[in-house]
Amino acid sequence: MCLAVPGKIVSTVGEDFVRVGRVNFGGIVKEVNLAYVPEAKVDDYVLVHVGFAISVIDEEEANRVFGYLKELGELAQLDEAEELNK
Amino acid sequence: MKYVTEYREAAAAAEYAQAIKRVTTRPWTLMEICGGQTHSIVKYGLDELLPKGISLVHGPGCPVCVTPLELIDEAITIASRPEVIFCSFGDMLRVPGSDKDLFQVKAAGGDVRILYSPLDAIDIAQKNPDKEVVFFAVGFETTAPAHAMAVYLARERGIKNFSILVSHVLVPPAMEAILGSPNNRVQGFLAAGHVCTIMGFEEYYPIAAKYNVPIVVTGFEPLDILQGILMCVTQLEEGRAEVENQYTRSVRRAGNPTAQETVRKVFKVVPRKWRGLGEIPASGLGLSAEFAEYDAEAKFGLVDYTADESPDCISGLVLQGIKKPAECPAFGTLCTPERPLGAPMVSNEGACSAYYRYRRFEQQRTEKVNA
Amino acid sequence: MTAIKDFTLSCPISITDYPTVTLAHGGGGKLMHQLITNMIVPAFASPIADAAHDGAVLSIAGAKLAFTTDSYVVHPLFFPGGDIGSLAVNGTVNDLAMCGARPLYLSCGFIMEEGLPMDTLWRVVQSMKNAAARAGVQLVTGDTKVVDKGKGDGIFINTAGIGVIEHALTIAPVSVREGDAVLVSGDIGRHGIAIMAVRENLEFESTIESDCAPVTATVQKLLAAGLDLHCLRDLTRGGLGTTVIEIAESSRLHVTLEETSIAVREDVSGACEILGFDPLYLANEGRFVVFLPQEQTEEALEILHSAPDGESAAQIGTVSADVPGMVTLTSRIGTTRIVDMLSGEQLPRIC
Repeated sequence: MCLAVPGKIVSTVGEDFVRVGRVNFGGIVKEVNLAYVPEAKVDDYVLVHVGFAISVIDEEEANRVFGYLKELGELAQLDEAEELNK
Repeated sequence: MKYVTEYREAAAAAEYAQAIKRVTTRPWTLMEICGGQTHSIVKYGLDELLPKGISLVHGPGCPVCVTPLELIDEAITIASRPEVIFCSFGDMLRVPGSDKDLFQVKAAGGDVRILYSPLDAIDIAQKNPDKEVVFFAVGFETTAPAHAMAVYLARERGIKNFSILVSHVLVPPAMEAILGSPNNRVQGFLAAGHVCTIMGFEEYYPIAAKYNVPIVVTGFEPLDILQGILMCVTQLEEGRAEVENQYTRSVRRAGNPTAQETVRKVFKVVPRKWRGLGEIPASGLGLSAEFAEYDAEAKFGLVDYTADESPDCISGLVLQGIKKPAECPAFGTLCTPERPLGAPMVSNEGACSAYYRYRRFEQQRTEKVNA
Repeated sequence: MTAIKDFTLSCPISITDYPTVTLAHGGGGKLMHQLITNMIVPAFASPIADAAHDGAVLSIAGAKLAFTTDSYVVHPLFFPGGDIGSLAVNGTVNDLAMCGARPLYLSCGFIMEEGLPMDTLWRVVQSMKNAAARAGVQLVTGDTKVVDKGKGDGIFINTAGIGVIEHALTIAPVSVREGDAVLVSGDIGRHGIAIMAVRENLEFESTIESDCAPVTATVQKLLAAGLDLHCLRDLTRGGLGTTVIEIAESSRLHVTLEETSIAVREDVSGACEILGFDPLYLANEGRFVVFLPQEQTEEALEILHSAPDGESAAQIGTVSADVPGMVTLTSRIGTTRIVDMLSGEQLPRIC
């Protein structure tokens, strides 16, 4: 449940509960309510669910999924080296 | 697409699969509580990548599946009225009620419209002052802020011909109901990443502690789910039962405060009946007294309506992860997507439908190969 | 397992037993197929109809002709890249092309709703005239009817077409063979999304235009090259997924598809993501699949690439004989899943 898709804010208009942004999803643009992401600005990526932005995507955190893999890869190499040394 | 495609990358998926294999020494049963995660798991065949010992069970994470029969019947009753424009997300149109579904109401001439956002319903109300516009407000905590905003703005604009039929459910009470059940086999949870985007994950700490289960807040793309599973299994192997966050690019511990505040203003926590699970106290949302005039059940006099479930449908056991869809005697025979007995066979995310679409032939193929 | 008698008392009324036709019956999925296979085709009892391809192949007085018909009920009437008129012409032209026929003549029946603006009708008619000229066909006969206001969606159009077959191939599922390659003539999903982009309540800004276009010229080139075309089919309602399943079932063979080789434009993908659609089932009006021997793939692709909008044409799968009637997809992360027919039309979802 909760189909939410990341898109890039192209422009915004209005304030508070009626602040609305045009958000680009890979080339198509949809109007999205930005009331719940007051900190979001143009060029930010937001996660959009049923026409509402529910969070701003943290770019640094977004890379964690790959960083984690890299750490695991290094650990795996260490384990292998240990095995060989036994 | 940025922040989407990179999480569907084959080599990284294989690496995660390897990592999970390396860390697994014993069988474990994990539950993912979100229909969107079920969809991803089945669409990308993620359980194919897991070692045999890891069993994934699909929890009651589809608000469509758990919306009680009586609410579907109420929706149908309201939608059938000539003065009503009934608006809903597409998911709800094919869920069977006691004797028909919303699609048939549409076929019979009812004004039933599929919307992308609940805000579109208030526009429709403004454009059609002589009609009653009702929005079927179904969802978990993720969708509650959207419904709250629709009601809030309706009141701001003085729109009277608008109401919502509420079927909101909350995840943590469902998790507790499952973990507290004597038949429970679930040892670790993948918590719903978008629910937690709104709510944060504070509420999971007492649950993890009380039931001694690791809970990992997980996203929806294949790499998210694989990483979530890895983190959960690692905890289980190390004998830990903590709350961790895999979906850090969207979820913060405190969640989304603005969204939570709006939900608190417009809604209040109420007991809710879950289709297949029965009533769970404090597990749903209803409109607060301040916004009660927007409640469709009250407006249309349906507050005391009740209905009985089909005895053949074991969706309750499937939703709790006690049975897999293929273990249901009606699966694929009496119960199919064209002739569903219960909601999990209707919804795209329902465990039964997902299994039916992607798995049924797998059995046939295996049988043929073994023949 | 409970007795069937108990089952009918306790389960909700099944869709197939509904007393009225529902939208799902026209959606290109299982229900539509059931309606056609269980009610309509048996009633008409013709071996030609039983052959179940896009058009009927007829032998009349020594000439081999293809004959087809289609009705167009699209809403909205005008969409980016086309309208009900151009759709009505190209759809029927393409069905004839899928038999390997050269389309020649079309008939056209209009059913109009009382109150349809004359200007709308004029635009549709002009569009049909232009589409017919582009496709090299003539509209030679037709009919017009008007129904009461409220009984029609503005306008419905039926077109029937006749084409001449100038080759000796049997281009139909029955000719598909183990080892065949499956090609697609371009990227998928444009038409389905172009319609969604302007459909009430689901609007968004996009530059996606329907791929509505005649494919005759490309098919004629494939024929002229002397290729062994086993089967051709356009990817209309129900999309690539449904079409391939139909062919696999008719030919009793197994088709394996590669997700990464199926091209979908980024903006089409974006729209699919937000609406929760699978591009595999979206309608296309200018795309088709080709089943032919693997060794002729390169030559066929060269021809497909040279067609307008054909840059993304590719081999997307292969045919084997291990499990009859099945279609499997190897996902982009390397796992396999079954491709099943949808029960009805795809609906935008939140879940």
